[in-house]
Amino acid sequence: MPKDTIHQTQKVTPSAPEIAVKSSQFSRRPTITPPKPRRDISTPSIALGEIPNLQILNEKGEVSDPAHEPKLESAEHLKIYRAMILARKLDTRMLTMQRQGEMGTFAPGMGQEATQVGQIYPLLQKDWFSPSYRSFGAQLWRGWTIEGLMLLWNGYADGFNIPDGVNDLPFSIVIGSQVATATGVAMGLKRQKDNAVVVTNFGDGAISQGIIGESFNFAAVDKAPIVFVCENNGYAISMPVQKQTGADFLAGRSLGYGIPSMRVDGNDILAMIVAMNGAVDRARRGEGPTFLEAVTYRMSLHTTADDPKVYRKDEEVEYWKTRCPIARYEKYLINKDLLSIEAIEKIATECEQEVLAGRERFRELAKANPRVVFDYMYQTLPAELQEQKQEYLNKLDRKETDQ
Amino acid sequence: MPQMNMAESLNLALDECMNADERVCIMGEDIAVNGGVFRITKGLLEKYGEDRVIDTPLAENAIIGTAVGMAITGLKPVAEIQFSGFTMQAFDQIEQNMARYRNRSRGRYPVPMVLRTPYGGGIRAVEHHSESREAYWAHTPGLKVVIPSGPRNARSLLNAAINDPDPVIFYEPKAVYRAYREDVPDEPEAIEIGKAQVVRTGSDITLIAYGAMMRPTLEATEDLVDLHNVDVEVIDLLSISPMDTQTLVDSVSKTGRCVIVHEGPRNCGIAAEIIARLNEKAFEHLEAPVNRVTGYDIHFPHFQVEQHYLPDPDTIIQAVKQTLAYE
Ligand SMILES: Cc1ncc(C[n+]2csc(CCOP(=O)(O)OP(=O)(O)O)c2C)c(N)n1
Ligand SMILES: [Mg+2]
Repeated sequence: MPKDTIHQTQKVTPSAPEIAVKSSQFSRRPTITPPKPRRDISTPSIALGEIPNLQILNEKGEVSDPAHEPKLESAEHLKIYRAMILARKLDTRMLTMQRQGEMGTFAPGMGQEATQVGQIYPLLQKDWFSPSYRSFGAQLWRGWTIEGLMLLWNGYADGFNIPDGVNDLPFSIVIGSQVATATGVAMGLKRQKDNAVVVTNFGDGAISQGIIGESFNFAAVDKAPIVFVCENNGYAISMPVQKQTGADFLAGRSLGYGIPSMRVDGNDILAMIVAMNGAVDRARRGEGPTFLEAVTYRMSLHTTADDPKVYRKDEEVEYWKTRCPIARYEKYLINKDLLSIEAIEKIATECEQEVLAGRERFRELAKANPRVVFDYMYQTLPAELQEQKQEYLNKLDRKETDQ
Repeated sequence: MPQMNMAESLNLALDECMNADERVCIMGEDIAVNGGVFRITKGLLEKYGEDRVIDTPLAENAIIGTAVGMAITGLKPVAEIQFSGFTMQAFDQIEQNMARYRNRSRGRYPVPMVLRTPYGGGIRAVEHHSESREAYWAHTPGLKVVIPSGPRNARSLLNAAINDPDPVIFYEPKAVYRAYREDVPDEPEAIEIGKAQVVRTGSDITLIAYGAMMRPTLEATEDLVDLHNVDVEVIDLLSISPMDTQTLVDSVSKTGRCVIVHEGPRNCGIAAEIIARLNEKAFEHLEAPVNRVTGYDIHFPHFQVEQHYLPDPDTIIQAVKQTLAYE
């Protein structure tokens, strides 16, 4: 088995002296009543000064950390499993559609399903999510529709309509920028005593952007209710994570800002759920931000315009296939008698059907309306822009009559 | 003379400059091992090694900031920003340092660097990948801004930019990268930054464009000449700042009428600057108000409707007719 050259896997405990979180320092924090903590999940304590490494299921799907194994109901397990399968199916289908000319350039999430579903699982509906572009799995969980995601990746503005009842920001293309907005949302929620929390995700490449550090700092100073999730999938386009940092791992990045962190096996759905649950609880209790480094792997292309053969070896990809987050969870569920081969097939077929039904709706909805491009620019379009809009509409009319 | 597309001719220019001058080094995201997302820097790592072909961390502001520092030590960095939309991350270092060190140090520290970046629409891309914001940089004192339109002038213009003693923003029309091939001479041609090129002489009206907009402009010209019997003069601006005012003024003084084409937004765009200069220097020769065909003052739309945002030959022809009809 080739060595894991992308991610360091050893336990990490920085030698910095232990620093306690001084939570009583800010007496004017809003009083919020946290919902009852879940009894079925216990998270290792999150505190400054140490960086726990969390893995609950090993590559073989065996429980490697029984103390933290969540005691979820079987229906919960199946819901989570199904969400991961749906994400994978959508990904696969969209890749086919892209190759057949029915989809624009998009960023596949294959291999990151556990990171995705795990980071979103503990959120309540009223909570906020500010994702990067590689976030199918989490967006589906939040209620973004299959047809909506297909629309937006195929260049239709309508795909960006935020689903009803969801407090999410549209994903960000600009690396790292969504993290600042998310931090501001958390600062706003705190002032509105809303008791809601924010989750934001970004990549291992994004960690190099100044805005990430600046956002960490604002969140730390404000004790904002936010969880920062770095999906370390090994690459930023062609560049391995070792080209982004001189450190062996990313979880330490937040410590200097006073934000505790944890390094999580991002291909282990149970570890992701447990870590996120703890981090979200901290935020809801008013204890401030947490940073999680989810160690995962981008099994597919950066985007459909990318050729990974130029910069990474097949054997590395093969190695990571043996760590597939879905296969790992499947083994666990089978061992627990929560899943049978028949059930696996049934869920796979159902998810495939769901994706195909979404594609049908997408095909019906895929009608671009060029007439609305001025309509969301301002609450009231200034007179000079109204004039420009009219000129533009005249051009469209002319084109139509010419045809 | 070999036939090349623009991606290849830019690669050739980088190769020539690196070969000729050891001080030239290139840096940016995914430019070394991957050869750049548009493959403009392909093969250069193998030829010139890691010290001169640098894969940087993902941070545009630091790419430009460190390139400025390297330039101050006497190197000639050519920094790539993967898409011009992400030069916004580097606004700080471009405006505060790249454009200013020569003046701030009373001439001691010139910044002979190039910022190369693909700009413009027409490639069915997601948000932030289609903008055309050259006007920002023209508005920044201390910078030069150039935009080639085809394989041949791209090669010579990049050569000139790299050998220029001052910082140059080099916008590459990505829609043209692989659009067509043309003959590119074996030896680099001398080209002067700050000079426009008259690509067709005519007597009825002057069409001014640059970059990716040269193609629809030339297409429109063909129709105007062949079908509408209009004798069009066409100017490829090439250099946005400094601008070749004299060539523009000479042309419009002759034709008396002018239409300017650019894909960037209209408000404070390059056309506005050209109109001001013509107003100052060719006013008495004008027979009609100078017209412009530009992008609109909205965010670049999602790609299913981008063709309606971009100036096209029909719209240009329409504007020409309107300008000719003015009495
Ligand atoms: C500010 C900015 N610079 C450059 C890009 C181009 N780009 C898109 S994705 C990407 C790599 C991102 O890597 P990472 O943060 O690890 O996220 P991943 O794609 O692996 O999910 C780059 C450089 C961008 N979108 N935004
Ligand atoms: Mg990554």
